[in-house]
Amino acid sequence: MNKKSVIFSLTSFLVLTSMLLSACGAPAATEVPATVAPATEAPATEAPTEPPAAALPNCGTDPVVMNVVFETGWDMPTLLSEEFTKQFPNVTWDISMEQFANLITTTPMLLSSDNPPDLIRLPTMVTFAKDGLLKNLDEYATAFGWNDWPVPQINQNRLDANYIRGSGTLYAMGLNYSMTGVFYNKTLAAQIGMTEPPKTVAEFEALLAAAKAAGLQPIMEWGSAKSGMGLAFPLQNLMAAYGPVEPINDWIFQKVGATIDTPTNLIAAQHLQQWIEAGYFPPDINAIEYSDAASRFGNGEGVFTFNGDWQNGGYDTAMPGNVGFFLFPPAEAGGGYAAMSAPLTYGIAANAKHADCAAFFLNWAATNPTARQINVDRMGSNPGGPADASVPTVTAGSVTIETLAAGPMLSGAMDFIANATSSIFAQGWTPELQKMVAGEQDAAGLLQAVQAEYLREISQ
Amino acid sequence: MTSDRRAAAFKISRRTSPSKKVRRENFVGWLFTLPALFMYAFFVLVPFLLTILYSFFRWNGVGPMTWVGIKNYLSVLQVPNLVGTIFNAFWLVVWFSFIPVGLGLIVASVIHRIARGRFGTVARTVLFLPQVIALVAAGIIWGWLLALPGLINQILKAVGLGVITRAWLGDFHWALPSVGMVGVWVLLGFCTVLLETGMSKIDPALYESARLDGASWFQEFLGITVPLLRHEIGVCLTVTVIAALAAFDIIWVTTAGGPGNSTSVPGIQIYILAFTQRAIGLASALAVMLMVLVVIVIIPIQWLTRESAQ
Repeated sequence: MNKKSVIFSLTSFLVLTSMLLSACGAPAATEVPATVAPATEAPATEAPTEPPAAALPNCGTDPVVMNVVFETGWDMPTLLSEEFTKQFPNVTWDISMEQFANLITTTPMLLSSDNPPDLIRLPTMVTFAKDGLLKNLDEYATAFGWNDWPVPQINQNRLDANYIRGSGTLYAMGLNYSMTGVFYNKTLAAQIGMTEPPKTVAEFEALLAAAKAAGLQPIMEWGSAKSGMGLAFPLQNLMAAYGPVEPINDWIFQKVGATIDTPTNLIAAQHLQQWIEAGYFPPDINAIEYSDAASRFGNGEGVFTFNGDWQNGGYDTAMPGNVGFFLFPPAEAGGGYAAMSAPLTYGIAANAKHADCAAFFLNWAATNPTARQINVDRMGSNPGGPADASVPTVTAGSVTIETLAAGPMLSGAMDFIANATSSIFAQGWTPELQKMVAGEQDAAGLLQAVQAEYLREISQ
Repeated sequence: MTSDRRAAAFKISRRTSPSKKVRRENFVGWLFTLPALFMYAFFVLVPFLLTILYSFFRWNGVGPMTWVGIKNYLSVLQVPNLVGTIFNAFWLVVWFSFIPVGLGLIVASVIHRIARGRFGTVARTVLFLPQVIALVAAGIIWGWLLALPGLINQILKAVGLGVITRAWLGDFHWALPSVGMVGVWVLLGFCTVLLETGMSKIDPALYESARLDGASWFQEFLGITVPLLRHEIGVCLTVTVIAALAAFDIIWVTTAGGPGNSTSVPGIQIYILAFTQRAIGLASALAVMLMVLVVIVIIPIQWLTRESAQ
């Protein structure tokens, strides 16, 4: 190889590296939806189905082609768009599908392009709003009455003047509000003597011990870096059982001075470490991907699994009538129930051509009875909407009945600790929890390491 | 016009016309290369220079850029995870470079000596096959093979080695060697084919005279094959060392850097920093440092190769 070709090779290599920085495409990876969210209300009456009043933002009567970006792997938004076109034939859809992992990388480019999306699934929100790429939805919220909806998770899409989440200007809406908790295999749970969901953490731990003693896999969970570490689910449940949810949300919302390294979180992390050491998780958890864990649980491997209601359909298909769900119990009997709960977030680009129509669609998805039914049928999550919205019908015996019924029991809702910064999951929780599985990290070290990574990331 | 003048004019014309021709040819030559030059500049030089430029800024890819000088470079050195990735990359050099080149020399020598016929062709094809399989697909399949219920553990159990079975890609100590083995699988064929081609150019009379002098296969290998293949070995080392230090695809598909950063390499961190964390400046600084590192490692290899060529 002569000098020129060496220079060429080296330059080509650098360019490959550079392309990583300048290109917008990215390898896809299987990804758990990074936002989780619950239902909080069981709506009771008919939803408003009449056409919008003239004063409200709407799609008009001229032909409209909506430029939208949906998430690959979930057909619910596409089905909603088809139903919308049936009801409003002047509206058609130009749909791009992106893997969640790709959305993280491409959303800034899409939002700042010459033809920004009218509606886009948002992987994160704060930096886009800060850069002026997202439309302020306050006027729509006032016009459609979203502020009065009994769905506190909407506040997760609000940003104050300092771009701290939780209150202030609305920048996105949820297409639904999912619920997380503990799914269980009814047959195996009966085998270990579980007749009703545990009421305290101690009762749940007794069930785990009974499962282990019976030679069953107590908990099926995923943990590969490709999927992101699933142990963040039980860890956050334990955090909310042993301490209040507000400090956890403060940390996720990046409030000044917030820390994850608190005494109650340390107790939670210590419990998780004990579970790991007791062999309650699969020995190969660090190599298990999300889809493998869902499939193995569906095949009867694991009495319990921590997950969200987006997996309802998969579990019901794999084990019809044999899957149950309960909210993770509080530390003390009679305490409140808390769960990770966030909207399936969709936003409108600041320069979107059909912003009014997109806002009208978001309102329609939560209020139209057919749309609400599609939402529940396809994802099993609460579609939100006003308190008097229609109640979708749910197949008898499906786990969706249980996840929807769990909503009103919630006294505290949290966003997911993996969403605190855009890469705290990849750079903090996942590697540190994997180390804990391998015995190379303890509870105190886990929280300290994640807090250090968090501070490093928000300082950049 | 006098005859002298005519002669003078002829002389001038003879003197100037070739240079015009050369100039025209040069011009036409540059025209031919222009599309390639444009592509090279647009896709190679511009991103190259931009990467260096970005490395001195704090930037999220969309908002305003803030000049930070060499702070990004200092951050790379201060964050343990980022420095750790460079150590992992060097450890990968053993698997992606030394083993394929060493093993490739032996395999090529065996094929060259005893399997020149159809068997040799089949062996070469089988070994080269991983080069034509998409790495992403290969990575997914290796992920299945190396999983706890995967084929490799089943084979180990069948031969009585059940005690060492594990989730190879989920084990802190074995994940990097496992990814390294995938690298050996991919690069062995490339090295073998290149080295065997080089062997075919070696004068058979050298081997013949060595044999007449009673040299063994190993002595032939060390005394003739290896010294005369220095140039090919240099090319193999250059390509495979760059593949190791700049590794991304195999690792992203098999482990994504896990468990716990044990297989994380600079390429993975550059991707996460740039596209997930949106720290374009920091990612660029790491990319530039990686390039410098590659140059530092490659230059001695090139120097040795040139020495041998002389």
